[in-house]
Amino acid sequence: MTESRDRSQHLSRRNLLLGAGAVGAAGATGAVGAAVGNAATAEGRPVRRVVPFHGGHQAGIATPVPGHLHFAAYDVTSTSRADLVGLLQDWTAAARDMTAGHPVGGPSAASPLAPPEDTGEAVGLDAANLTLTVGFGPTLFDERFGLGARRPAALADLPAFPGDMLEPTRCGGDLVVQACSDDPQVAVHAIRNLTRIAAGRAAVRWAQLGFGKASSTEADAPTPRNLFGFKDGTANVLGTDPDALHNQVWAQAADGAPWMAGGSYLVARRIRMVVETWDRTSLAEQQQVIGRTKTVGAPLGSPHERSAVHPGSLPAASHVALAHPSRHEGARLLRRGFNFVDGSDGLGHLDAGLFFLAYQRDPRRQFVPLQQALAAHDAMNEYVRHTSSSLWAVPPGVRPRGWWGDTLLA
Amino acid sequence: MSSSRGRRGAAGLAAVALTASLAACTASSADEGKAGAIALTATDSRCDVDRSSLPAGDHTFAIANKGSRVTEVYVYGLAGGHFTKVVTEKENIGPGTSYDLTVSLAPGRYKLACKPGMTGDGIRTRLTVTGRGSATPKADPRAAAAVSAYRTYVQGEADRMVPLVDRFVAAVKAGAVDKAKSRYAASRVPWESVEPVAESFGDLDPRMDLREADLEPGQTWTGWHRIEKALWTTGDLRGLAPVADQLAADARVLQGKVPTADLSVASIGNGAKELLDEVSTSKVTGEEEAFSHTDLVDFQANVEGAREAYRVLRPLVEDTALLTRLDAAFAAVQHELDAHRSGSGFVSYATVTEPQRRDLARVVDGLGEPLSQLTAAAV
Repeated sequence: MTESRDRSQHLSRRNLLLGAGAVGAAGATGAVGAAVGNAATAEGRPVRRVVPFHGGHQAGIATPVPGHLHFAAYDVTSTSRADLVGLLQDWTAAARDMTAGHPVGGPSAASPLAPPEDTGEAVGLDAANLTLTVGFGPTLFDERFGLGARRPAALADLPAFPGDMLEPTRCGGDLVVQACSDDPQVAVHAIRNLTRIAAGRAAVRWAQLGFGKASSTEADAPTPRNLFGFKDGTANVLGTDPDALHNQVWAQAADGAPWMAGGSYLVARRIRMVVETWDRTSLAEQQQVIGRTKTVGAPLGSPHERSAVHPGSLPAASHVALAHPSRHEGARLLRRGFNFVDGSDGLGHLDAGLFFLAYQRDPRRQFVPLQQALAAHDAMNEYVRHTSSSLWAVPPGVRPRGWWGDTLLA
Repeated sequence: MSSSRGRRGAAGLAAVALTASLAACTASSADEGKAGAIALTATDSRCDVDRSSLPAGDHTFAIANKGSRVTEVYVYGLAGGHFTKVVTEKENIGPGTSYDLTVSLAPGRYKLACKPGMTGDGIRTRLTVTGRGSATPKADPRAAAAVSAYRTYVQGEADRMVPLVDRFVAAVKAGAVDKAKSRYAASRVPWESVEPVAESFGDLDPRMDLREADLEPGQTWTGWHRIEKALWTTGDLRGLAPVADQLAADARVLQGKVPTADLSVASIGNGAKELLDEVSTSKVTGEEEAFSHTDLVDFQANVEGAREAYRVLRPLVEDTALLTRLDAAFAAVQHELDAHRSGSGFVSYATVTEPQRRDLARVVDGLGEPLSQLTAAAV
């Protein structure tokens, strides 16, 4: 499938919209770059909102957080290592197309007797800052693919945390794809097409849609709010802070798994919020639970959102005090979670909450001790239920001729 | 199954069988088609074709857009007395450009439409296709051999079905509930293995295989599933003798129609894909056999029918990667199905757990995707 591609036939979805002239001139449209930087159409107009796919780190970690998420965990259904490699190569080719705003495999309808290669619902939409980020779960390192000896020590199974109410059908997965975009249809299109490409090799184990980013990685962006109505991620690791990224987010060759150099570790937790009881809680108590004021987001007793946090002066069981880096040997997380609403729970309550996504260099000294402290003492626990928990090793970025996971599997 | 979904599928199959629109030629193959090509000149106000009558078979229209606007060309067939059925189409033909559109045409009346500006009904011109029988998509003797082999298979299944249905019907008419139950699933196996062909015979499918959920207001419910419900719910077979007799008669109608069934490489390939669609939408979900829960018997029959279609088309496919993928995918489905065997048949689908159903769905998806490529690869 991918071998026979003629890249010169590729059209941006935008060009398809321009109509017949553009399609008739498919050959003349030329190679619309492989998504490095801002691709341009034949007319010289920039295709806006493209996040470069290639680089030393995968996009979708330190890059700005767009408005929508489609997150899918997969089980590899084949036991053949060649199938796994082929899948990651096919996924990479499709991701190059989609993150540049092109349909999968170029113009469709090569034969009216075959189904179109791209499912089509993103025709006419630009990439809308689509990023696709792939990770490998602990189960990928079992006996099936001969990868046991390559499993990073940092990819240790997460321990059970007090109060967890995990649903096994929402946990784990050999592979994961995080699709983020400013257009929900673009994110859904990406997961749908990757899933189709995976048929016979991998199948969706569980998936989650998210909206309204619950954290920002940009210094000058207003801090987003979660469904508790509070600003979330004021002290987040910023994508523009190279020291913090180096120390807290990117795995290093010296950390023990050289193939992970430039990668990161992703913890995903689906945190159901019991919003109905939260909404009946007094403002004073809500602020005591969080440790910040609701409107401004300032640490309690301080005037500004960015005022320094002194955990000792906050309520001892408040979320901000318990999670403060000073209590965890400086450990921080790069959070890029999203809000979710999965309809109603059948009792008339919103099935809603925070889909927590956190990238880090080593979960054993970052997420795990932090969550142990929160699970034991956090006043917020009364209002949340952790219904899923998963961990993936997110390999380094893809080189122009490379593919996802080539540092592990090539 | 016959349902609104199933009937749409049948209509699609029939259309393809009659008028398999071949892959549009690309520029590279244009030269070889030029000799017999029919010139079609499109301008902003005209749609001129140099012939208004053609013999049945494959034809190439050499379209030249000499107008100032982007145009598109449609070939419409009759549907319900109106020229609304799209036999083939080509959009986005730019001013000053050409395109060769190849189509397989069965005898009948057609209209060609040029649509400058790609809107509206377009400028229409009449086209008559003469001849007998169906269009022959390819003179390729391998294609003829494939169609012949598949017809032999379908006839064999239809022949096998008649006595199996008779035994089931006899038990129903005798009021022998247990005996009828034990013969129910087996009587359906040949039907399920050739269902896309059976569906192309108009109302046979709704008469024989309609589910209760798909009944339309005022429609009389007949066929297997009417009897299935009585057998597995009340056990009261009174009044069902006419339904049973009708089923036996319809089995013979099907048997008699196979020799003249419109079969082509495209219809066989699409039929294989439709059999997997059946599995995916009504067997894995347990909707087909809502009372007897014999879904896995149907499932196996659908897979066997698809595998036979694949077997006869295999020599026509040059894409070895697709063949390798299909071989592995058929094996994976069979492996998963075999895990649910019990005695000479299968366990009740009611005992198949959600994780097991998920595993079945995964291998079916793994087969359905490459199988959807079979038709284009074989014609």
